[in-house]
Amino acid sequence: MTDIEQGWAEQIRQAAANNTALRIRGGGSKDFYGQQLGGEVLDTRAHRGVIAYEPTELVVKVRAGTPLAELEASLAADGQMLGFEPPHFGPDATVGGCVAAGLSGPRRASAGSVRDFMLGVTLFDGRGNRLHFGGEVMKNVAGYDVARLMTGSLGTLGLLLDVSIKVLPRPVAEATLRFEMDAVAAVTQMNTWGGQPLPVSASSWVGGVLTLRLSGAEAAVSAACRRLGGERLSDEAARTHWQGLREQSHGFFGGEAPLWRLSVPSVAEATGLAGSQLIEWGGAQRWVRTEQDAASVRARADALKGHATLFRGADKSAGAFHPLPPALRTIHQRLKHSFDPDGVFGPGRLYEGL
Amino acid sequence: MTAATAPLPENALRELDYSQVDVARLIGELRQALPPVALLHDHEDMRPYECDGLSIYRQVPLAVALPGTEAEVAAVLKICHAAGVPVVARGAGTGLSGGALPHAHGVLLSLARMNKILGIDPLARTAVVQPGVRNLRISEEAAAHGLYYAPDPSSQIACSIGGNVAENAGGVHCLKYGLTVHNVLRVRGVTIDGEIVEIGNHGLDAPGYDLLALMHGSEGMLAVVTEITVKLTPKPQFAQCVLAAFDDVIKAGEAVAGVIAAGIIPAGLEMMDQPATAAVEAFVHAGYPLDAAAILLCESDGTPEEVAEEIGRMQAVLESHGATEIRISRDEAERLRFWAGRKAAFPAAGRISADYYCMDGTIPRKRLGEMLTAIQGMETTYGLRCINVFHAGDGNMHPLILFDANVPGELERAEEFGAAILDLSVDLGGTITGEHGVGIEKINQMCRQFSVAERQIFFRVKAAFDPKGLLNPGKAIPSMNRCAEFGRMHVQGGQVPHPDIERF
Repeated sequence: MTDIEQGWAEQIRQAAANNTALRIRGGGSKDFYGQQLGGEVLDTRAHRGVIAYEPTELVVKVRAGTPLAELEASLAADGQMLGFEPPHFGPDATVGGCVAAGLSGPRRASAGSVRDFMLGVTLFDGRGNRLHFGGEVMKNVAGYDVARLMTGSLGTLGLLLDVSIKVLPRPVAEATLRFEMDAVAAVTQMNTWGGQPLPVSASSWVGGVLTLRLSGAEAAVSAACRRLGGERLSDEAARTHWQGLREQSHGFFGGEAPLWRLSVPSVAEATGLAGSQLIEWGGAQRWVRTEQDAASVRARADALKGHATLFRGADKSAGAFHPLPPALRTIHQRLKHSFDPDGVFGPGRLYEGL
Repeated sequence: MTAATAPLPENALRELDYSQVDVARLIGELRQALPPVALLHDHEDMRPYECDGLSIYRQVPLAVALPGTEAEVAAVLKICHAAGVPVVARGAGTGLSGGALPHAHGVLLSLARMNKILGIDPLARTAVVQPGVRNLRISEEAAAHGLYYAPDPSSQIACSIGGNVAENAGGVHCLKYGLTVHNVLRVRGVTIDGEIVEIGNHGLDAPGYDLLALMHGSEGMLAVVTEITVKLTPKPQFAQCVLAAFDDVIKAGEAVAGVIAAGIIPAGLEMMDQPATAAVEAFVHAGYPLDAAAILLCESDGTPEEVAEEIGRMQAVLESHGATEIRISRDEAERLRFWAGRKAAFPAAGRISADYYCMDGTIPRKRLGEMLTAIQGMETTYGLRCINVFHAGDGNMHPLILFDANVPGELERAEEFGAAILDLSVDLGGTITGEHGVGIEKINQMCRQFSVAERQIFFRVKAAFDPKGLLNPGKAIPSMNRCAEFGRMHVQGGQVPHPDIERF
């Protein structure tokens, strides 16, 4: 164990003994996400650096406090990338925060999410025990998949020390096409294309325009462009568009209206909520700017067989995340207790009482 | 609450004794809950369920329940929960690690009768199926829509999708298309106390902790799955396969790394050593070069343009890594012939040997050469032959140890040989099981791969779903006592192997 790790283990045990809470924090770029922030800040950023990266293994093992931008730069130097295109939401985003938040970007529907790429994790649990789960190999069914469980747990189960992530080669070719149509037509079109062997790597609809990104072999991308038609964006305009969705710098995300994220079946009908919407992930992710009350947004998400997250908003009293049914809530409470019996890590960040 | 008041579940310390079950009463209650065809308790009737694909372990249970509905599953679980009786869930029974081995004092819960495809949504590219549906049948039913279910374990003609979830099954195409966990959106299931839970979602994610990931590969220890929503993938327009021969296994291993380094993710990337090639060639006449030390099968799929481009790049890499011969499939018949040999590796082993023992370690690709060299040494040490087939693209190896159970001592030597391979897999930075599961077979090796504290967390995770520990007890995660016992057995010459590992 390094000095930093030893210090943290001690800090965790102290907090457990004193019945106080710790708030695990990297760059703080996702402080807005989730519910209440509480406890003494445990800053992970001193624990940084790539531990092992071998491009031919398609795996990188990296300390949790490493800046996400630094990791992506070193992957890019070898022609590789994080397949889930994670949002940073600020220059200080860390790898640990990326995994703990579990947020994926435009490539998610075709390449997979953060959890899909997680292979292994080293963490401290709430007893201060240093634990390692998973590994650096693609296939591993020894023991329960705790590495993926950590993804999206918002630092409520343990302190991530390092993570092993599968990486992907950068596509040889990329093209972005735009098509004017309404939202209903766009959802049908996204799903229709999704069922065809096309190299789709991202899709969006906002303001009457469906935008489609194709990535892959040169021949595949140019054949798809010929087949689909549409208006091809310049590389610069394409980059701006997808970056704008990934980092929420697109105009849609400006202003003060609460931002809801509805995760629904890709073919779900229109949300019908008042306010503007932006569709991503082939129809499976619907962003809505609405002042409608939380209960009616969630009722609508339920009706569409999905769930609704209050992603950004001043008033999170109705809960940032969709309420869990009682049987699942019980399992969540027991899992939390398994890893963090004294409730040291981020109490209330994910759900009240967790 | 403090940590001191969070005691470890009792089953974490030692395997519990369930021999006090009132069998007559249990059978009586099950009879109330199930139609007559759905309950077996005559010894002879239960014999077909005494083992799974790992037939060296056999055990007849107290009863076999074959529910046809989710309500019947819940009823059986409630009865067993109330009576404190273990339950072992079983799909098609093709598993290779004894995960579905019955419990001597428990009920075997077969999901084989729940075999309906409940719906396919071609636009959304999803299918909702019951757990007893065979893997391949999903693809057959989806074919009319130009879709298929991507994970293709070699037993896909027989294995069930419920079993695939329990083991997180892979297959030859998982390098590009992912494992079961990447292709399942949602499962519905029943916990041991009879509660219905929906885990995952009809969309791409669900709120809260990722319980769907926990369910995959959990070997029936957390809940019994009754319904699964899988993702369907558009069928590639075209596929082509390159067969490359090498005069040295290390060179073949380097060529695998070379393909990945070139930024190519092949649809399949498989390797066979010379003894494996010889065994299958005699069996299926795939036309493999018999003088090669190793052959690689490297597949590309996609649009015809894409495949042509990728095959060209693959060929260049394989040539630059010293391939002695390269063949590119000229038509679909030839492509299938290339694969026929690889897919026949297990039956071919059965043809040249009375018995064989299939291992499943996964190691970083770069260590492949070291592992193969070590296995050659072990063949001498244990006096048994081993043929090697690999999912080379993801480092998942299936050494097949050949033995004859009728020759005294050979089974024991085969098991020791296998254990040595698994130990080395851990030492090389890998894992004891890539896709077959721990089950009963590799439970002792879990003591090597995980520390006491890590195994304790596993028991706590299980207890979050199954506080009494009644689902598949004694499998997958070894108790503290078992590991202590295993550790004692392996102390040789006064030396504890791997003194760096924390021991109970």
